[in-house]
Amino acid sequence: MTDTTMTTNAAMTETRMEDRILPDKTIGQVHVEHPRMTARAVDVHYGTKKAIDSVTLDIGERQVISFIGPSGCGKSTFLRCLNRMNDTIDICKVSGLIAIDEQDIYDPSIDVVSLRARVGMVFQKPNPFPKSIYDNIAYGPRIHGLANNKVELDQIVEMSLRRAGLWEEVKDRLDQPGTGLSGGQQQRLCIARAVAVSPEVILMDEPCSALDPIATAKVEELIHELRAEYTIVIVTHSMQQAARVSDRTAYFHLGKLVEVGETKQIFTNPVHELTQDYITGRFG
Amino acid sequence: MSMSSLALIVLVIGAGYFYLAQRAVLLLRSTGQHRLHSLPHYYGYWAAAVAVLPALLLLLILSIADDIVFKIMVRDFYPPDQQNLDSVSEAIVLAKIMNVVKGIQFGSPDAWVIAAGEAWIQWTETSRQLISVIVIGVSLLGGLFAYRKVSPEFRSRNAVERIILWVLGLSSTVAILTTIGIVLSVLFESIRFFKLVPPTEFIFGLTWNPQFEGAERAGSGQMGLATYGMVPLFVGTLLISVVALTVAVPVGLFAAIYLAEYANNTVRGVVKPLLEILAGVPTVVYGFFAALTVAPLVRGAGESIGLTVASESAMAAGLVMGVMIIPFVSSLSDDVINAVPQSLRDAAYGLGSTKSETVRQVILPAALPGIVAAVILAVSRAIGETMIVVMAAGLAANLSFNPLDAVTTVTSQIVTILVGDQEFESAKTLAAFALALMLIIITLGLNFFALQIVKKYREQYD
Repeated sequence: MTDTTMTTNAAMTETRMEDRILPDKTIGQVHVEHPRMTARAVDVHYGTKKAIDSVTLDIGERQVISFIGPSGCGKSTFLRCLNRMNDTIDICKVSGLIAIDEQDIYDPSIDVVSLRARVGMVFQKPNPFPKSIYDNIAYGPRIHGLANNKVELDQIVEMSLRRAGLWEEVKDRLDQPGTGLSGGQQQRLCIARAVAVSPEVILMDEPCSALDPIATAKVEELIHELRAEYTIVIVTHSMQQAARVSDRTAYFHLGKLVEVGETKQIFTNPVHELTQDYITGRFG
Repeated sequence: MSMSSLALIVLVIGAGYFYLAQRAVLLLRSTGQHRLHSLPHYYGYWAAAVAVLPALLLLLILSIADDIVFKIMVRDFYPPDQQNLDSVSEAIVLAKIMNVVKGIQFGSPDAWVIAAGEAWIQWTETSRQLISVIVIGVSLLGGLFAYRKVSPEFRSRNAVERIILWVLGLSSTVAILTTIGIVLSVLFESIRFFKLVPPTEFIFGLTWNPQFEGAERAGSGQMGLATYGMVPLFVGTLLISVVALTVAVPVGLFAAIYLAEYANNTVRGVVKPLLEILAGVPTVVYGFFAALTVAPLVRGAGESIGLTVASESAMAAGLVMGVMIIPFVSSLSDDVINAVPQSLRDAAYGLGSTKSETVRQVILPAALPGIVAAVILAVSRAIGETMIVVMAAGLAANLSFNPLDAVTTVTSQIVTILVGDQEFESAKTLAAFALALMLIIITLGLNFFALQIVKKYREQYD
């Protein structure tokens, strides 16, 4: 919680960029043909501070969309709205409409527990449970009753680990603690854990920022493969990463969604001055 | 000169050197030719510390030592037939001499006793003067030495740091030495006890029936022979502790989980201090709460369902003791649960866990070592608790595992034995020390065990 609030505070005190003009309306294509999730005029407040200002965005089915922008621009906050992880923060208030398959996820009738099973999440720092590798993967299927017996559970565990490209590395030590793996392996374990509950959307909050380049390459490869079956939203600080893994890219600045479009277009031909400055590395 | 005025003089000397040293470097600095290594007040602290600390330490040692030296010197006055005395007779002789020293008259003391007493008075006088001279001398010389060393290049800041290190180190040693002292004092008395009662009989004996030797010799009827078997006492302690823990562990743990995971900040801010007030209630108050309120309730409840309940039962004492240690369990567990990284909660919620699933399957397993440590600390508190048991559980040393019986505990027996006039050569009195020794061994063992678990726990999230 403090992480997000702190970065938000940083955004509020950011004065360096004041001379540049934020657009009234997001530039580029916010809508897509087959949206999986839709956000309409979403505002997020931390107490009295506005962290997200009227963001409208579609997240296309089986697409990878990356959120980029300087620290404190609200991209992580917006990401955490998509599976209501912000609910755990008392002072955080979300307004506007966010829907998955045209169903309002903030509707009182929605069960946040099953929502999070549909919209999984991978965090910035690998956070395996202090349990065995097997139990880490089996945790989600167990609480949601996805397996009827041990054989099915074994299958889910193997399939998830295979999908995360980790099976060959850990198949002989499934009973060892997940915390004993290397950083990159831990992060892939966390991705496998998220995949194990068969979510429709996977949110990734800077999944590679704590990893070395080789581990990063493996995770990126994994994201590439997962795109075939899942809708993926990834927040990243690395523009190369956004360019490599995503179909669409959204640029956030001071809580506003400045520009969104095809990744190639954003990186080769950005429209707004801020986007241009950010991707050419003039600030950020 | 008395010790306190001597200490005061040393402090004044220290203050003087502080001023001198600081002024010296300030003067040097004001000439503009020197660059001081440290801030001026560090030179002052350095000089003051060197003037004060060794002198005070010396004062402490000398004033403890002089008594010991006198006791050896006074032996020269003993008549030939009293040269080889045992410790008790020697203490009596010394007491006679000290009476002379203090000017108290009991009958007519022997001439040599009076001579020894007068010599003692004279020694005290001389030693006082000697100590004054030595201590003030050391202080002045030390200060002078430090003052002479003061120069712009002198690294007084680092020197002060070293002095602080020593002072802090010595302070921690005091605590350790005290512990050792406590253990030793109990140990020596216990050894005397074990000369009278064999350790095997004490440790494995099933009957606790301490008697004074006088009563034993008189063969006081129904009491019979004195037996010192500690088993009933430790079983009683165990029984009451188990009852206490059955109350304290679930309630304390659930309260901790509520405070750490469910309660919002406002509720937490009110409930947590209120819970901790429980820890501040004097145990005597718990004692009469147990004896006057809980014990009759337990008895009434037991009898209404056809059970025989002693009017002072282990149940009553245990229940109240359980309430008493709730804050230990809840407060420590709360800290441990809060120490579980937020990232683990996020991971569990992110997979769609409910709150209680997260608590049960992620937070509690992760916090378990710390919670175990908290419980063990609560156990050693329960074992050491005396007042509630004395007041509510009775003093009958029954060997029983039934919580509805009256039992007694180790600590309450120690209290019973040592209250009132004692004859220090009897096994009954010495038994208290042997019990205390066993208690220390058990609680030290438990604390050690708890620390090991905490240590293991700390390594987990680094």
